[in-house]
Amino acid sequence: MSSVSTTNDSAVPVLELRGLCKSFGGLQATRDVNLRIMPGDRQAIIGPNGAGKTTLFNLITGIYPVTSGQVLLYGKDVTKWQSHERTAMGMARTFQVTHLFPGLTVLDNVLLAIKGLRRSKFVMWRFLSSYKEVYDKAYHLLEQAGFLDRKDLEVRNLSHGEQRQLEIVLGLASDPKILLLDEPAAGLSSGESAEMAKFLMKLDPKLAILLIEHDMEIVFDVASQISVLHFGQILETGTPQQIHSSPKVQEIYLGTD
Amino acid sequence: MMSQKIKIMIVIAALVAVALVVPQSGSFVVLLVTRALAFAILAMSVDLLLGYTGMSSMGQAAYFGVGAYLTAVLATKFHIGMGWDFWLVVVMGILIGAALAALFGLFAIRAGGVYFLMITLALGQCVWGLAYRWNSLTGGDNGINMTGRPSFGLDLSNDVTFFYLVFAFFSLSMLALYVLVRSPFGKSLAGIRERELRMQILGYNTWLHKYIAFIIAGGFGGLAGVLWAHTNGHVSPETVVLTTSVDALLMVVLGGAGTLVGAAIGAAIVFGLREFLSTLVPWWQYALGAVYVMTILYLPMGLMGIPKRWRQRNQGKGGETKTLASKPS
Repeated sequence: MSSVSTTNDSAVPVLELRGLCKSFGGLQATRDVNLRIMPGDRQAIIGPNGAGKTTLFNLITGIYPVTSGQVLLYGKDVTKWQSHERTAMGMARTFQVTHLFPGLTVLDNVLLAIKGLRRSKFVMWRFLSSYKEVYDKAYHLLEQAGFLDRKDLEVRNLSHGEQRQLEIVLGLASDPKILLLDEPAAGLSSGESAEMAKFLMKLDPKLAILLIEHDMEIVFDVASQISVLHFGQILETGTPQQIHSSPKVQEIYLGTD
Repeated sequence: MMSQKIKIMIVIAALVAVALVVPQSGSFVVLLVTRALAFAILAMSVDLLLGYTGMSSMGQAAYFGVGAYLTAVLATKFHIGMGWDFWLVVVMGILIGAALAALFGLFAIRAGGVYFLMITLALGQCVWGLAYRWNSLTGGDNGINMTGRPSFGLDLSNDVTFFYLVFAFFSLSMLALYVLVRSPFGKSLAGIRERELRMQILGYNTWLHKYIAFIIAGGFGGLAGVLWAHTNGHVSPETVVLTTSVDALLMVVLGGAGTLVGAAIGAAIVFGLREFLSTLVPWWQYALGAVYVMTILYLPMGLMGIPKRWRQRNQGKGGETKTLASKPS
């Protein structure tokens, strides 16, 4: 039984986009994007500012409705699903602009993230602090990320770099099968972003990652496959070496650096 | 920082003090405190929405009003709720408040921020309009005069006995809401207040959480209304008027949103000031208005926020250095 499901798992892409399009009025932000991400894949999407990278993430996670095309999770059409339903299928994401709970403590942030997919999130007659297993898991996650000493600080008092890391901790708290990272290194110093790359490479190899990033070093370190997005269209897909040496890519992206 | 245990002890001590002192203080004070306690339940329900969920409802008088009118209509037209069936009316009041909130929530929770405020305001005014116009049921502008309070072994027409009853309801409501805001569900509301989009991405159906919170607040509003009707012995459109909603909202802001206790303190101060000032000067409403404006300008966290503000001022830069020092190198 388990072996059958394993083979099925690896045959069905975790995430698949079919002919995805999105228009905002006359602006075509996403044009006919096709993408397949298998379990454990590490893919990246690069592209200049305004290429439609974050829009693509918002379509995948259900924040925007799509104009046409399909989003599939494990072969299931989730195009019309709401964000929280997609999360329940094993999807998690982080945000380019930090989206944490600024007035809550680091610990509460993580507790909320763990509770997100549990039925007990509706319980209102019992203290949250009585869920020992949830707390244990939160402490474990915080320890891994090196946050345990700052668990009682309000998140708004953390540095930008710490908040970026916490973004990813929240993403991991729901034990996702696929993690969408929207510029995890945005606004980080070069030292901090090198640390971020190390952190990402340490993640469970079975976890599929789709990464949007401006920082080329992180992309080349983490991703085994890179797609180049330009004016909402995927121009080219290939290994880091292929992308790095592609004249077309250099012209539109790397050349303008 | 004060530990949670000490804070709870202070609240319990304050409650015990109220229960001991008020009955000794003459019928005027007893009635005034009873009214403040009944209204404080409404204010705490507003705090659940404003302070914990981040939804500023301007229509909470609607649920308060249906609870009050239900009590008055049942008592005067059907003679229900004057004996043991008082408890039945309490349950019905909670249910009708919750049911109305369930209906209104379908419209209001689609919107956020100021739009939510406007929709709740409009829906609240609908209930006021009904109370004002539906003469045969509500007595129109004159309202309904009730004949005495229920009696079932306990004679509630005795003001002190009735005070104890309302006090018990108030304490239980505060306890229930305290457990609720510290429960997983309550924390999810705080998450929605802080960053709703992130909550959706974490797997929460935020609409449903807000809807449930709205219904619960409506239920507490209904309960407050039942008690209010019996406190005053009179229900009129005045009970459901916009001012009631605004008062509840401002009490929460004055006491400190997101604290529950603040809502109760706000209610006590507003009722106290109103009684005190209205006997002194004809322009007492301006004084109350000034209190509100000063609070919003200088104490955005309300009276309950004073200790924190004071601490921050005392620590000043000290607190900041500590935060920076704890960063990893």
